Amino acid sequence: MKKLLLIFGILFIGISIQAQEKNKNAKIAFDVNGVCEMCKERIEKAVLKTKGVKFCNWSIETHQLTVIMDERKIDELTIHKNIAAVGHDTQKVKATDEAYNNLHDCCKYDRVNPQFGH
Amino acid sequence: MKKYTIVLLLLFPFVVFSQKTIKGTILDTNNSPIFGASIYWKNANIGTNSDEKGEFELKSLENNSQLIVSFIGYKTQTILVENLKNINIVLAADNQLEEVNIQTRTKSSNRPSYLVKNIINVNKTELLKAACCNLAESFETNPSIDVNYSDALTGTKQIKMLGLSSPYIQIVQENIPNIRGAAQAFGLSFTPGTWVESIQITKGAGSVVNGYESITGQINAELVKPLTDKKLFVNAFSSFDGRYELNTHFNKILTDKWSSGLYVHGNLRNNKIDENNDSFLDAPLSSQVNIMNRWQYTDTEKGWVSFFSLRYLTDNKQTSQTDFNPNIHKKSTTFWGSEIETERFETSTKLGYVFPEMPYKSFGLQLAFSNHHQNSYFGLKDYKIKHQSFYANVIFNSIISDTRNKIVTGLNATFDDFDELVLNLNYSRNEKSVGAFFEYNYDNLENLSLSAGIRVDSHNLLNTFITPRLHVKYNAWETGTLRFSAGRGKRGASIFAENQKLFGTNRALNIINNNGEFYGLKPEIAWNYGTSFNQKFILFNRSGDVTIDFYKTIFNEQIIADWENPSEILFYNESTIGKADSFQIELNYSPITHFSIRTAYKYQNIANNYISGEKQVPLQPKNRFFTNLFFETHQTQKGGNWKFDFTYNWQSEQRIPDTSIYSENYQLPLYSDNHSAINAQITNVFSPRFEWYFGGENLTNEKQQIPVLGANNPFGTNFDTSLVYSPVIGAMYYIGIRFNLE
Repeated sequence: MKKLLLIFGILFIGISIQAQEKNKNAKIAFDVNGVCEMCKERIEKAVLKTKGVKFCNWSIETHQLTVIMDERKIDELTIHKNIAAVGHDTQKVKATDEAYNNLHDCCKYDRVNPQFGH
Repeated sequence: MKKYTIVLLLLFPFVVFSQKTIKGTILDTNNSPIFGASIYWKNANIGTNSDEKGEFELKSLENNSQLIVSFIGYKTQTILVENLKNINIVLAADNQLEEVNIQTRTKSSNRPSYLVKNIINVNKTELLKAACCNLAESFETNPSIDVNYSDALTGTKQIKMLGLSSPYIQIVQENIPNIRGAAQAFGLSFTPGTWVESIQITKGAGSVVNGYESITGQINAELVKPLTDKKLFVNAFSSFDGRYELNTHFNKILTDKWSSGLYVHGNLRNNKIDENNDSFLDAPLSSQVNIMNRWQYTDTEKGWVSFFSLRYLTDNKQTSQTDFNPNIHKKSTTFWGSEIETERFETSTKLGYVFPEMPYKSFGLQLAFSNHHQNSYFGLKDYKIKHQSFYANVIFNSIISDTRNKIVTGLNATFDDFDELVLNLNYSRNEKSVGAFFEYNYDNLENLSLSAGIRVDSHNLLNTFITPRLHVKYNAWETGTLRFSAGRGKRGASIFAENQKLFGTNRALNIINNNGEFYGLKPEIAWNYGTSFNQKFILFNRSGDVTIDFYKTIFNEQIIADWENPSEILFYNESTIGKADSFQIELNYSPITHFSIRTAYKYQNIANNYISGEKQVPLQPKNRFFTNLFFETHQTQKGGNWKFDFTYNWQSEQRIPDTSIYSENYQLPLYSDNHSAINAQITNVFSPRFEWYFGGENLTNEKQQIPVLGANNPFGTNFDTSLVYSPVIGAMYYIGIRFNLE
């Protein structure tokens, strides 16, 4: 009987920890380098196509990306990687030179002095 | 002239601690805050915008002290910032163009390419191009909507889309069905033009969210809102033939969440005109008082928006022979006369909630009640209608997995009570319905988006039925948008309210009973299919677009008002397919700055299967040509300019129903002549506060020679005022002013 209770107890703790850690509608925000309306479209498309992302918005002015995502399905780094893959540097992942060079001329943001992280 | 002023004030000249942000306020030279100014560090893309109080907050940079402040219409400032915590920046109006400003103007009437549905958005600038005294007159500069006179007496303008008249268009006000049932004939003239903030015209099948009634399209009128409308607005209008209008808006922001507006409209025509000397007034004597009170509640932090509106209207019209005096001659045969008195009360509540943590999830509630009462007589004939209507709609918006897949779902309920007296017959009916709808919207973020909706309604007279609607948009290439739509609509027709011009004739009134629930007639059912292609182009460095539309309406069940026999009007159901095809090509181009052209050609083939055989629908031209030219001068430093607007309309011959039994001098030809009309308006914006305008309608002075058939004996068999194919009144000039306080 005691063992059974213990097992149940552990199970419950496990579940409650799980519930605390993995949020279905986790809201995160980080900076992504970019310039214009075209960048906005490209960045948001890359983010939205990441499985588990529900909503995103990139601000041209502040360069901040807001994402609402299901933490059970995805971790933040995947989003960073997917953005970098289309040519935009994020706080955590840099785009390859090749991806950056593929950007439209007006989208070629300043890589040397990134406009984020203050 | 002093080019600009920089006033830099230190509000708090204290020693600044190791503060990492800079705060400030952007003001204009009148000390009013500037909302939306850009503030950014020179040579860095770090910036922000000022809020509605003109305030901003920005992270300070270590190696950067040059702050750039800019706003359209103001001189851009570069400010050296050294250890400042709070600063006031005063922007002076930009009097001289020293730099090249690149501005793109939002067109006053446009088809947003990101929308799945074929929607034409008409904003306030477009509405100010014509007199637009009421909603019915707001479509004069729009080729997608045809404006016709409904009869020779009331001067009422009737609108058509895709060649079919307004009952087939669902007219909603802020997405609540508004002009229905008893309001069908005159309802468009019951919304004053200055109350309208913008209009959205959806061609083809509408959305399932607003109900099942729309067939050829949907028109949504957004009204002015207490929070965003001017503090005080006054508009006075007078036509030289004796029509006067006065509009006043008062808006007050009460707290940071509540605001309220009071809108009062009055119009009057007390001048008897009979230019064609047929003893009948060419335009009715009329008066209207229309009052609306709106309350708006906005709590952006918590995500709530709510509107509450109350509206009361009283409208009187007298159409008659010139010597008719209603106090003496009412319902006598001395003179023919008619009075139409309408009283309407309306209230609506809208409640919207957006989940703050989930901006893609929202909830909405719409409640509306109206009580419409028309008391009228036409010669010796009585027509009275009472219509009470209740509408409730609950809408829920969300997503499936991510924002590429959006859903809208909800429930609605309606209740309508009709009471009519037609000549000496009483008709009354109750309509009750409950419905559920679901709409799925998909966007692949590349080139394809679609909206698929379905609703199920259970109605006491229309039974239980399904209404599907589909819209697809495909971007064939970057500048080309292809759209397709299909949908079903169903409606019970209020045949007398919709065809009130029949009372201005001495035709007998007959209905072929089909054991239906609406005056013995079965409800109308139609499918509408359409395709549209829009191509944007750049020619000589100037942008333009061309749109080709083709729409087809197929009735499974139709109610035909048959005017073919001159001694009667006959209503019957018809289920063999008539024709309702509409083709339109429209070009928008701006060849030089401040000058734009909109031109369109339209071919509409509308034919019905009458008892007497398939014929073109009468008083409906097959070909139309439309051109609108707009020019404005450059804005002066005071913010003033001149605007010139010119509209040309041409329509081909129209078939006229048989008049062969009428006496010879009142017989009309089988087809009318071609007809053209020119409207023009000049507006002088004196300053952002005050403007005046002057214009004319029907400048070529083309009018119908004999609008009232049998005018010499209005109680005899020849009397018919329903056959109107061109304007009754000749050239008409008007003048008006608009004044506002921010």
